[in-house]
Amino acid sequence: MDSRRSSRAVIDPKVRQVGFFTSAPLPPDRTQSDPPDPIRSPPLADASSPGNSLSPVMIPPPRHPSDSLLRLPHSPSDAFPPPSPTTTTTSLGDFSDDVTAASSPPPAAARVRGRGSSVKQQGAASSFPGGGFEVPPSVKAPSSVPASGLTTVSVVKLPPGISVEVQSDRALNSKPLKEKTSKAERRAIQEAQRAAKAAAKAEGIKTPAVTALANAKSAKSTKPSPQRNDSAVVVAASEKKGGDRSVEKDRKKDVPHPRMQYDDKSRVQKLKKRSVVKPTEARNRVELFRHLPQYEHGTQLPVLQSKFFQLDTLHPAVYKVGLQYLSGDICGGNARCIAMLQAFQEAIRDYSTPPAKTLSRDLTAKISSYVSFLIDCRPLSVSMGNAIRFLKSQIAKIPISLSESEAKATLHSDIERFINEKIILADRVIVKHAVTKIRDGDVLLTYGSSSAVEMILQHAHELGKQFRVVIVDSRPKHEGKLLLRRLVRKGLSCTYTHINAISYIMHEVTRVFLGASSVLSNGTVYSRVGTACVAMVAYGFHIPVLVCCEAYKFHERVQLDSICSNELGDPDSISKVPGREDINHLDGWDKSENLQLLNLIYDATPSDYVSLIITDYGMIPPTSVPVIVREYGRGQLWI
Amino acid sequence: MPDTQALVNDFLNKLKKRKIEGSQATARQTAELLRSVISQQRVPYTNQAGALIDAVKAIGEQLIAANPVELAVGNIVRRVLHIIREEDLSLTTAAIGGLNLSAVSDDENDDDRDGDSTLSAAAVAAAARSTLRPPSLQTLLEDTPVSAAVPQTSSSGGDSEGKTADKSSRSRKLKHDVIEAVNELIQDIVTCHEQIAEQAVEHIHQNEVILTLGSSRTVLEFLFAAKEKKRSFRVFVAEGAPRYQGHLLAKELVARGLQTTLITDSAVFAMISRVNMVIVGAHAVMANGGVIAPVGMNLVALAAQKHAVPFVVLAGSHKLCPLYPHNPEVLLNELRSPSELLDFGEFSDCMDFGSGSGSPLLHVVNPAFDYVPPKLVSLFITDAGGHNPSYMYRLIADYYSADDLVVQRRATAGN
Repeated sequence: MDSRRSSRAVIDPKVRQVGFFTSAPLPPDRTQSDPPDPIRSPPLADASSPGNSLSPVMIPPPRHPSDSLLRLPHSPSDAFPPPSPTTTTTSLGDFSDDVTAASSPPPAAARVRGRGSSVKQQGAASSFPGGGFEVPPSVKAPSSVPASGLTTVSVVKLPPGISVEVQSDRALNSKPLKEKTSKAERRAIQEAQRAAKAAAKAEGIKTPAVTALANAKSAKSTKPSPQRNDSAVVVAASEKKGGDRSVEKDRKKDVPHPRMQYDDKSRVQKLKKRSVVKPTEARNRVELFRHLPQYEHGTQLPVLQSKFFQLDTLHPAVYKVGLQYLSGDICGGNARCIAMLQAFQEAIRDYSTPPAKTLSRDLTAKISSYVSFLIDCRPLSVSMGNAIRFLKSQIAKIPISLSESEAKATLHSDIERFINEKIILADRVIVKHAVTKIRDGDVLLTYGSSSAVEMILQHAHELGKQFRVVIVDSRPKHEGKLLLRRLVRKGLSCTYTHINAISYIMHEVTRVFLGASSVLSNGTVYSRVGTACVAMVAYGFHIPVLVCCEAYKFHERVQLDSICSNELGDPDSISKVPGREDINHLDGWDKSENLQLLNLIYDATPSDYVSLIITDYGMIPPTSVPVIVREYGRGQLWI
Repeated sequence: MPDTQALVNDFLNKLKKRKIEGSQATARQTAELLRSVISQQRVPYTNQAGALIDAVKAIGEQLIAANPVELAVGNIVRRVLHIIREEDLSLTTAAIGGLNLSAVSDDENDDDRDGDSTLSAAAVAAAARSTLRPPSLQTLLEDTPVSAAVPQTSSSGGDSEGKTADKSSRSRKLKHDVIEAVNELIQDIVTCHEQIAEQAVEHIHQNEVILTLGSSRTVLEFLFAAKEKKRSFRVFVAEGAPRYQGHLLAKELVARGLQTTLITDSAVFAMISRVNMVIVGAHAVMANGGVIAPVGMNLVALAAQKHAVPFVVLAGSHKLCPLYPHNPEVLLNELRSPSELLDFGEFSDCMDFGSGSGSPLLHVVNPAFDYVPPKLVSLFITDAGGHNPSYMYRLIADYYSADDLVVQRRATAGN
């Protein structure tokens, strides 16, 4: 044991090697990830500081005075996360060694530290881009040793060169495996962790042994998964403050729920019973999209308006936002998300817990009912889904001891912080990154109207860069017209065209900037319909495609085509061309059995067409999206 | 011939003002115009073919200049020229009969056939034979002395005595034959849809999902022919902004009982993964197999290629252009009115924004055509059957004579 301890000096630098598997001692990629906040600490310094070596965090937390302060008061069981399966054969002594190498997402540390440091953690999170993104290249490194985790402890004794490799293997292995645990395994972990909690209360020392036992079990059941378990348990055990329930929920949320399928008759019936708005089915539904809601448009609004006084369960602010969604007054991922969160803020402010109910349970139910109302108005976007998930987890996290007003104030500030950091600040960071990609003389093409892209263009213009903008627009929404107007007002030189002319205009374009509704974990960009066409043509012309998307819109779902999940707009807007009275061929024909009008709202752009995704964590290739989703996206770092 | 001139001017005006829509209509009207030009043309006693060719070229040049983007005009002019040459050739060969061909070519000049009024039919025939005839072994053997004789002959002293006897009957015969052939051409243009549509059943199977963009009469007939043969299939129609011809097509298809789904152009990429075949019409087909098509077609072709969906182009033979394109996106394109995209009234406040230099900040680009490179096309279906893009140059060579590729009279013959 002691000999191992003494070898710490050798092992320590490995910590950084685990995260950024580059043999060069340079800190990763400064040029790209230009972090905005001054607290950013180079990963090197952090990892090598002995105080931090206890943390099982793969990407080191920021070195901040409050860090060490906060860490001190914790009980040993907190400071010593449960061991990896390797420790089943060893004792607690080398456990700490192992911890230095163990990979686990930063949340572990974040949770342990509690609320106080959450803001700093947040800052740290955004300072990591370089670090996080350095991982994917190393995935190519040999990870052929499936059970390397089991051998690590013995390997640690070897010369540093070798052990580094093995350890990085572990870190890498643990990543893809993370998502692949079976239900039984998860159950085992939960049980183990519950047991661990009980044991920890009695005596902290015993904890590792118990969990280790559980781990050994699961390690046997599936061979390549020990690393995953090890990090999972680390998270779990260190999450005691969060409470058991939220952990379970988080775990379940790891795998995204299957979406509502509207060709499932019984479920649709159930849904209809619950819903406030009773939509009528569209007449000529598109066969291919039976699984999506296809309702008559324009009928809900009057119904809802007439029902205003009957909907006493609904908060007026939520009601208002719902109507705005319905009428299309608010559209765009960010705008919708902010509007929803602000409505929830108001609703929470006016909320009072009914007698004989607890706030966390009742408020969650309340929010759920609001959400289902909003879904009735318009299907949720991924960004809204993520925000709701965040809010619910915050509600669940509220300790019972907190008084109602305090709890409400906390939630209020949580939402405020989410809006500020995840949307507004994130946009600012994106703009800062993206502007570096605009040079004088560029011709930038954008499609539709993306708030992030608009900010980028305006900021670049304010910086005095000389460039031209090509705005490509499409039917039926013609969102580009509004963008065109705003940009021309600002004095930018614009070219306006429609999507069919994209091959013509692409000759003169040097860069393509696109917005996104969501970026899915296989790198697919889910965005306004037509984005894929633009990206495809740009790819064909060898022009870089830069997608601007805030990280809160990332989702662990995967999608290959635009059909399995999409949103359908009003079919009537297809048959009519506003401002062109001569196009009236379809007047009266839309009632025909054989004619279907399909108004897709989104499409999925394959990741091969995307050169770069600009996000608040930096500029990443689409292959790195799952890394972001894993490291930052699961709600743990959101506070 | 004042009335011909009036007709020509009228047609020129229509072309210039883009009043004639669609290459089929243009082609038909061009052919009809040329037919009347030929019938009105007073044929000189000698060298009727040369006179006719000159007359057609003179008018053809104007027509092409009136709308250089409408390639069908040029195609028809070239085809009429080709017809004149062919008819003349067949007459000459018939007249000459058993005469020794090398002797004929000896006293004729090949050089002046372009402009010289004394150009004899036999010379044209001899020259044409080398370019027009399918390369059979016999013609190859026959032609060898002709090509060898061309540079040494210098006399242009008119026709040999042996032929003057049947001159008058021949001249009338030539004009008659040419008009007959042009009538056939017009007939071909009118019926090309049916001939293409006949092949539909060979390409469309049961439960197929077909995507098309914009509207084309050929495509409509093609789909309907398959429908008539009791094939049931579904059609996705992209509306084809900014002209929205897809609405028209969708309406026609629905009226004929086909399952039709109208989609926006932007949804093409999303939907193409569920499509079995893309069938589109073309504006013109170039000799390299590239397609000039309504705007947006390149997008569809790229998407089809990405998803390995066959991209089939239907084109009547009047759309086959013997020219090779250079930078066709720009040179064989025209920009339409911005008002199709932006309402002038709505954006009038932006239009006059001046950035110091006075140049407007707002440009609107509204091209009419797209160029689809041959590598994106899987198959051409013409009235002469299905062909690969790489074969188009040969197919086209059957319809035109190499001398007419540039429809431009020599400066000397200009007046």
